[in-house]
Amino acid sequence: MPNSLTLATLAPKSFRVFLLLLLTLPFLSACGFNTIPTREEQAKAAWSEVLNQYQRRTDLIPNLVETVKGYASHEREVLEGVVEARAKATQVQITPDMLTDPEAFRVFQENQAQLTGALSRLLAVVENYPDLKANQNFLALQAQLEGTENRIAVARRDYIEAVRLYNTSLRTLPSLLWAKFWFTDAEPMQSFTISEENMQVPEVDFGNGG
Amino acid sequence: MAGRGVFAWVCAGLLLFAVSALAAELPQLTGRVVDNAGLLDAGAEAGLTEKLAAFEAKSSDQIVVATIESLDGEAIEPYANRLFRAWGLGQAGEDNGVLLLVALNDRRMRIEVGYGLEGTLTDLHAKLIIENTMVPAFRAGDYAGGITGAVDDIVTVLEGNAAELEARARRAAEENAEPIWPVVLFFIVWGTIFFGGFAFAFLPQFFGRKIGPRRYRWLGMEFDYTSRGRSGGRSGSSGWSSGSSGGFSGGGGSSGGGGASGSW
Repeated sequence: MPNSLTLATLAPKSFRVFLLLLLTLPFLSACGFNTIPTREEQAKAAWSEVLNQYQRRTDLIPNLVETVKGYASHEREVLEGVVEARAKATQVQITPDMLTDPEAFRVFQENQAQLTGALSRLLAVVENYPDLKANQNFLALQAQLEGTENRIAVARRDYIEAVRLYNTSLRTLPSLLWAKFWFTDAEPMQSFTISEENMQVPEVDFGNGG
Repeated sequence: MAGRGVFAWVCAGLLLFAVSALAAELPQLTGRVVDNAGLLDAGAEAGLTEKLAAFEAKSSDQIVVATIESLDGEAIEPYANRLFRAWGLGQAGEDNGVLLLVALNDRRMRIEVGYGLEGTLTDLHAKLIIENTMVPAFRAGDYAGGITGAVDDIVTVLEGNAAELEARARRAAEENAEPIWPVVLFFIVWGTIFFGGFAFAFLPQFFGRKIGPRRYRWLGMEFDYTSRGRSGGRSGSSGWSSGSSGGFSGGGGSSGGGGASGSW
């Protein structure tokens, strides 16, 4: 008789515990359990968008170079600079762990910055060729290139913000605890910085020659 | 303890202040035409608003014209993107918004295109509209003509791809009609949990087998009403904030920086 009694009293109790667990389990998300994976995926998606827009720029360049060549073939140095920078930028192996590897990230960023610089030199040179500037094909390419550069800027800004949120969640409570005890392989991601040549104020030469 | 409470209130106050300070930089979305620089007369503004409202009714695309005095040193591209996202132009998920922004003192203009329209209103289209329609009119001082012409051009381009336009409008209409079953599902689950508690409180007395004074067995479980009277449940007060003010508001779309800018 005592046996059945304990069983009988236990049954609702364990059921109650089970119910309690079932109800509290979703609230784990309020303790920050979901924060780290969610933000990691958001940062990765933002990174994909950055790569996507850089790829779009890379795809536009051959057409641009061909068009400019038709009008300004003797600007060999500038054109070759663009082609070389593009080749260098496309050589970089894009790997998933690049985001947590400072060295690989720095190389990627530098190569893209070089390509940006070469492209802006090309577009500056083009100002000397009114025929080229009036060319419809060139106008179309220029509009696309400008749009792409702006999309790159937006994508980079979104990525920086996503990484900021993710890295913050690795270093603040309560998600810090989950990072320490559960997501032990979660590492802070790299973010874009302004390259050193961009930080220097450009020197203005008024042609006085000193 | 009181000190902590004060601290919390100060924090909340600061946070609110910071949010409002950040929002104050961007103009309010007061309508489809936000003419803060005063470039449009009342007639042109009313005509534009009507045209844009009619176009949204047909296609669900949201086109908004904004003019501002000055960018305060910011480049027009990031400003336009911020404004576009803050206003949430275009339907959520469809991202079919267009922002035509003019900064008077900076002599810059931009057509910012939402993600969903980038394929139809390409960067080149935007560039051509700016260079061929807006810049000549603006140089002649005809701001209203330039803006109206640009809006006409944008509508023409968006209407040009008629099949895609219809598909977009249909998708938007479906989306508006759709979200009923998640609500129903939510109330079924919520009702089961909520009323289940009540049911367990009294149903065993009617359907269960009596196994002692105020003790019942029902569905393989024992219910005991003798000792602790269960005190009443929590009353959760949940307030819905009604957000619709009757005016025009963005549908929650976003932009990834598509479009083109120019200067005059």
